[in-house]
Amino acid sequence: MTTHRLIVRIGAILLGAIPGQLKAQTDADGIMMGKNLFCGGIMTATSSWNQYWEGTLLRSNANLGSVKTTMIGPMGSWGVTKQLNLIFSLPYVQTRATAGTLTGLNGFQDFSLTAKYRLYRLKKNISTFSVFGIAGISTPVQDYVKDLLPVSIGLGSRNLTMRAMLDYQYINFFVTASGSYIARSNIFIDRTAYYTTRMIYSNEVAMPDATYSNFRMGFRNKEIVAEAVADVWTTLGGFDITKNNMPFPSNQMNQTRIGINGKYEPTRWKGISLTAAFYQTINGRNMGRASFAQAGFFYIFNFSKKQGKTISLSPR
Amino acid sequence: MKKYIFISLILLTACNKDIVEVNQTFPMLSATYSDSAAGKWKTILGFQPDTYPTNAPLPSNDAGFLQQLNDIAALQKNATPEDMANLRYWGTGGVLRWNEILRELVAKYNLPPVENADGTYPIPSANNPLAYPFFPFANPPYAARAYAYVSAAQYDALVTAYFWKSRWKRLPAYQLDNRIQPMLTDNGGNCYPSADAVIYGVTGTMLRLLFPGEVTYINQQLAKHRKARLLAGMETASDLDAGEALGNTIAQLYIQRARTDGAGAAVAIVNGVNLWKVFEDDCIARNEIPWMSMESPKRPPMLPFFGKVKPFLFDSATMVTTLRPLPPPSTRSIAFQKELEEVRYYSQNQTRERLRIVHFWADGVGTYTPPGHWNAIAAEEFVKLKWSEVRWARAFALLNMSLMDAAIVCWDAKYTYYNPRPSQVDNSIKTLTGLPNFPAYTSGHSTFSGAAAEILGYLVPSRKQAFSEMAAEASMSRLYGAIHYRSDCTAGLASGKKVGEFAVKRAMADGAGN
Repeated sequence: MTTHRLIVRIGAILLGAIPGQLKAQTDADGIMMGKNLFCGGIMTATSSWNQYWEGTLLRSNANLGSVKTTMIGPMGSWGVTKQLNLIFSLPYVQTRATAGTLTGLNGFQDFSLTAKYRLYRLKKNISTFSVFGIAGISTPVQDYVKDLLPVSIGLGSRNLTMRAMLDYQYINFFVTASGSYIARSNIFIDRTAYYTTRMIYSNEVAMPDATYSNFRMGFRNKEIVAEAVADVWTTLGGFDITKNNMPFPSNQMNQTRIGINGKYEPTRWKGISLTAAFYQTINGRNMGRASFAQAGFFYIFNFSKKQGKTISLSPR
Repeated sequence: MKKYIFISLILLTACNKDIVEVNQTFPMLSATYSDSAAGKWKTILGFQPDTYPTNAPLPSNDAGFLQQLNDIAALQKNATPEDMANLRYWGTGGVLRWNEILRELVAKYNLPPVENADGTYPIPSANNPLAYPFFPFANPPYAARAYAYVSAAQYDALVTAYFWKSRWKRLPAYQLDNRIQPMLTDNGGNCYPSADAVIYGVTGTMLRLLFPGEVTYINQQLAKHRKARLLAGMETASDLDAGEALGNTIAQLYIQRARTDGAGAAVAIVNGVNLWKVFEDDCIARNEIPWMSMESPKRPPMLPFFGKVKPFLFDSATMVTTLRPLPPPSTRSIAFQKELEEVRYYSQNQTRERLRIVHFWADGVGTYTPPGHWNAIAAEEFVKLKWSEVRWARAFALLNMSLMDAAIVCWDAKYTYYNPRPSQVDNSIKTLTGLPNFPAYTSGHSTFSGAAAEILGYLVPSRKQAFSEMAAEASMSRLYGAIHYRSDCTAGLASGKKVGEFAVKRAMADGAGN
């Protein structure tokens, strides 16, 4: 019996605070979908900040008030085999500032497709140790405005993410740790010259690569996942926002967040999955100190021939 | 095997973050005409070149001079790859590169100060440039004036230099010593005083005044320019020293003018008293809605007395009588409501193409400003024309005097009429770019662009239509951005064009031809 759990946690790396980049994050947990199961649904998220780090200085800006980002979009995960899952998402993002005159922006952001492969699993009595290799790409689905931070809906780079992840479960308790390297393509903006730490006469902007680490621990059984999460995004290069300047896509955006994440799959409504999460940015650089909330509704479809026995939501 | 090479190439390309920067691809300066008679061109300040004499150059058999030739030969022999890169960088032309350096400094310093804890705003001080708020706040009027002073001073200094060059007729070093190679095109022989050194002499002195916090950086650039010229194999150390000294002399004339042109009082706040309130009171007395800062906390308007600064191309009285635009539609009129409606439309009906136009021309905080943008546009055109240094300087002087005078005319209108921004009258109007902190009428971008397109169209006739279209787009970008009414844009474009016509008139009479 396949005993793989549906993935429905959608963290959203809310690089959000300043850039408003939202990203599905089910590729950072230790749960796999069973073969021929497809889990699809809608994810929504909202973030808000009224303070941001200008370089390393935490400040507010009365001409922005709070910067709010909302996101909604389809997301899904396909169990190709019990070792290999494919995950996609396509968020629609809307931004606005509560004070000042600056407009908000909205539109479909980046399509992402991630392959999550379980390389190794060792089961011993009541404990399980697994190793995952994960690779993903994301690309903007349209030429949205990148150079109007903090209200741009995204940063516009094509990203290649490579991640290694370890998961250990003991009875119903687990810990998961992962580390990623994100290679980012250059982007093109609407002006032909810009100043970083010097003047550059081009509409092309070099986007520094980034790393992302995710740690999570908690409880999971066939009905519930409840976990505490911490994550760290670090941009490998870039420059600081100078005093009272506007942010720029190639700023060195860093952030550390802590949060809680939960999922509920009621046993009497097989196939339905509800998720909710809350995160708080606790430290950052060139980003907003954001509070972030997320909710999702998903349904698991079974395309395997063995209809009826299908949906196993138990974790092990 | 080939396949793998191909794949690796694709991967390498994907990882390649190098960017082609337009200004790194410019060709070496190679003038079609040397303009060796430029010593007869009219100076901007109206002096005769022989008012500022140069010492006679060292005879070419002087022991000290021969040592200078030896030094060049040694320098060429021991040139490092960095020296060669530096040579190629400056080889594109001194006027071009110093104009770029100025644009860079403007972008770096174009940042409005943060408010104090009590909600007031600090005013940058030239006497303490490195303490926050940094001096200067290189906003568009400040920048326009800086571009104009630097370019006009460069032009006058080069005209003076060309006068003395053809008087002294110093041969280039490579013709005096066959160990020395010309590493760049020799653009006219007569090497005393060095044109390049005149440029860095005059510009260095002007920039140290305009950006007093950047003295170290400016001096470093100056030393690099000097080193590139020594390596080039044309001018000796004494040719360069004479040029630098002459440049300094001419810069002093411009510094004198700058100290008395009224810009120092443009902030219109003296000992905490807001002298600009008079504009607000006048506006209320006319029964119109006065402009109000939409920033929080309310920021005093930008350089309210900049309209009183002494222009280059006409006098202040002419400006008021012939260049000040007629009043905008009354804020109580139907016409005003219609204009407001149009702004509301563009605020609510954004398209990607209009956003592109808004952001292409925005040139807001942290940029080289609209005058800098027109300098960048001009530079890319000028490199195609194979001009001599003095003709480069003339073109930038004409362009930048137009831009500064456009700023004066525009700021005069803004404060004469003190018209509110659309978002002030209807706070549902959201802007697609930053809302500038000064009255609406007329649009600064439009005035700058009208002036720039006019003089550039004269200097580069084949591009006249293109410049005019760019100016129209720049002007409309402010309406699309929902920060200006249409009449701000059209009136600005028209008065800018008139300013440009003054520059054209000057250009036709300065003796340079075309």
